[in-house]
Amino acid sequence: MSLNLQITAAQPEPALLDLPWHVPLEEWPEPILAALPRGISRHIVRFVKLGGKVIAVKEIGETVAYREYELLRALNRLGVPSVTPLAVIDGRRDEHGERLETVLVTQHLQYSMPYRVLFSRVLRGDTVQRLIDALAVLLVRLHVVGFYWGDVSLSNTLFRRDAETFAAYLVDAETGELHPRLTAGQRAYDLEVARVNIIGELMDLVAGELIDTEVDTVAVGASLVERYTELWDALHDEESFGTAERWRVAERVRRLNELGFDVGELAITTDVDGTTVHIQPKVVEAGHHSRRLLRLTGLDVQENQARRLLNDLDQYRAATDRQGEDEEFVAHDWLTEVFEPAVRAIPRELRRRLEPAQIYHELLDHRWLVSSAQKRDVPMEEAVQSYVRDVLTHRPDERALLTPPTEEIPEVE
Amino acid sequence: MATVTFDGATRIYPGTERPAVDKLNLHIEDGEFLVLVGPSGCGKSTSLRMLAGLEDVNEGRILIGDRDVTDVQPKDRDIAMVFQNYALYPHMSVADNMGFALKIAGTPKAEIRQRVEEAAKILDLSEYLDRKPKALSGGQRQRVAMGRAIVRQPQVFLMDEPLSNLDAKLRVQTRTQIAGLQRRLGVTTVYVTHDQTEALTMGDRIAVLKDGLLQQVGTPRDMYDTPANVFVAGFIGSPAMNIGTFPVADGAANFGKAHVNLPRDVIANIRPEDQGQITLGFRPESLDIVSAGTQDSFPVVVEIVEELGSDAFVYGSLTQDMAGTRLSSGAGEAQIIVRVDPRRVPAKGETIWVRVREGEQHQFHAASGERFDI
Repeated sequence: MSLNLQITAAQPEPALLDLPWHVPLEEWPEPILAALPRGISRHIVRFVKLGGKVIAVKEIGETVAYREYELLRALNRLGVPSVTPLAVIDGRRDEHGERLETVLVTQHLQYSMPYRVLFSRVLRGDTVQRLIDALAVLLVRLHVVGFYWGDVSLSNTLFRRDAETFAAYLVDAETGELHPRLTAGQRAYDLEVARVNIIGELMDLVAGELIDTEVDTVAVGASLVERYTELWDALHDEESFGTAERWRVAERVRRLNELGFDVGELAITTDVDGTTVHIQPKVVEAGHHSRRLLRLTGLDVQENQARRLLNDLDQYRAATDRQGEDEEFVAHDWLTEVFEPAVRAIPRELRRRLEPAQIYHELLDHRWLVSSAQKRDVPMEEAVQSYVRDVLTHRPDERALLTPPTEEIPEVE
Repeated sequence: MATVTFDGATRIYPGTERPAVDKLNLHIEDGEFLVLVGPSGCGKSTSLRMLAGLEDVNEGRILIGDRDVTDVQPKDRDIAMVFQNYALYPHMSVADNMGFALKIAGTPKAEIRQRVEEAAKILDLSEYLDRKPKALSGGQRQRVAMGRAIVRQPQVFLMDEPLSNLDAKLRVQTRTQIAGLQRRLGVTTVYVTHDQTEALTMGDRIAVLKDGLLQQVGTPRDMYDTPANVFVAGFIGSPAMNIGTFPVADGAANFGKAHVNLPRDVIANIRPEDQGQITLGFRPESLDIVSAGTQDSFPVVVEIVEELGSDAFVYGSLTQDMAGTRLSSGAGEAQIIVRVDPRRVPAKGETIWVRVREGEQHQFHAASGERFDI
């Protein structure tokens, strides 16, 4: 065992010391590994069970390891969806004293799935598009904070369910750089790399007959560029109108909120003669709905889950006729009277299969389905029971998805 | 294939005053392998990214061939960033892994196959084209990634510290491979590294940068034999050059009891601002070990001996009676490096006497650090 093992970590994790750092990652014993699906990587990556959680360990050059660790920490601080770095472990030597590669340890993102797992199940056609949309949102969010990725791809991304869509998380920041502001060239290059990589990854899935061979891979790649450009322009375009139409300022803010962004700074200028107003968002911040839900209820969930929950909260408010009351009070009651009882009614052993907010989202969908089938307003308690019986029991546990390649996996969705 | 020209190209980052790259003028010939080298923060990567279109050019122009690309999108510049991504696709054949970007671009099938086969020949991958990447060794996989860039037939290859992620052994191997491959392909290549050994061994020419300013550009031999200033002198060469500043009297630079005779032209060109001083550099191999007390020799106390088999180097310091003489090398302040016969290495703690070999010193202005123009 090496004597000069050097661990850099923000929060010390004593259990890390027990791992066999003197063995090359490729030879780590099966019992300590978690059977998680691996993406395509040019490095050796292993998932390891550590205490109650799962960590990802990647062998990588020393300087790159420290750089990526710092970058991921910065992205975490900036609130961009990305994996959380735990440690860099350096100075590894095997039992003959040979130097072993430095490793970067990150926390496995619970309930996340690599795109290959999502595709290896029988998927509905629009899933591809939803993943691309999620990646477009992530790329815009990264570019908004000044992060140039350098190697955008589906492989370097993890996906989590987010209500009826997906939320994308950055997993690999090796080629990334954080700047005060990105140049148009940096954004264009990232986008082009993303387009080519996505098409390549889809072509690979087609070659492996993992997706329909009819999929137009080039068109899917192009749609990322389209979605990204739409969103970026909506966030940054300058808009001009006559002074009489000042309501359009509020309208612009509302539109950005609707897209999930808050406006931190809006530049408003008028012409010399004072007849035309120009507005341009200068600072935008993602997470409008999730921040609002967090403030109201303390629930920390993803953007579209938050949107769904806030809608339910609004309905509750209308149904209980409390529009005049403080929103915070109503939210507190909704949490304790509606949300928590519904989630608690799920049997404990099934509860962890999905994130609570995702379960609640599906419950709402399910209640709507059974209500319209039975043409009556099915109460929540009843909906929970049939949801558990007819849906959740048949779902795989997605907290840390264990998928032996031969296992038959039921259809997603 | 094409030339590359930086024409007074300047990059100033928002919120900073000093340019990251300051009026860079550099012309790279068609097919040339040019290495940009310098310490961290010197502007080498920024220069490369300006050429790639990732950094804005605030002043000046960048040309590829005769085409001004200053405001052209990265993807329309006909360049390839090599080694950025070499994840291979497991279900696709080696040929498809190399040619997929052409397929995306809508290149006809027959032409893709032809270009892939040509690239595979150069890369020694011909017999693997119809296999899956799984069947390849690590080195072969890396060559497939290289092949991706080659089949696109770009005008220019750009490489930004491509070896920094490899271990020492693989780094040396890949270094030779890249240099050999570039020569066979004859594609203009701009390569960035902080490692001067990499620069010396790979480049047709080297451009040394410091603080955003181009210091010198030339062949590895030029840089080694006639460094343009003190910075380049100290940066290029391993182990580094010994450099010190000494008073000039009686036609010689004087330190302790040692004199290094200076050419008449040098004496005549000492400027008032040099204040009667001269900066001298001498490489470790320009010092001869002589017997104690030999004229113009000075004593060095041996601190470390580095034996490399074919060579040996003494890392030492000046003795007490030389106090006040400022001499330094890449090994550190007040250290001096001497190449010695590997079969007759002195012991640690021993004092050896050395003398600068006649005419092998490099002479720089004490004030500006520039090489004497003689």
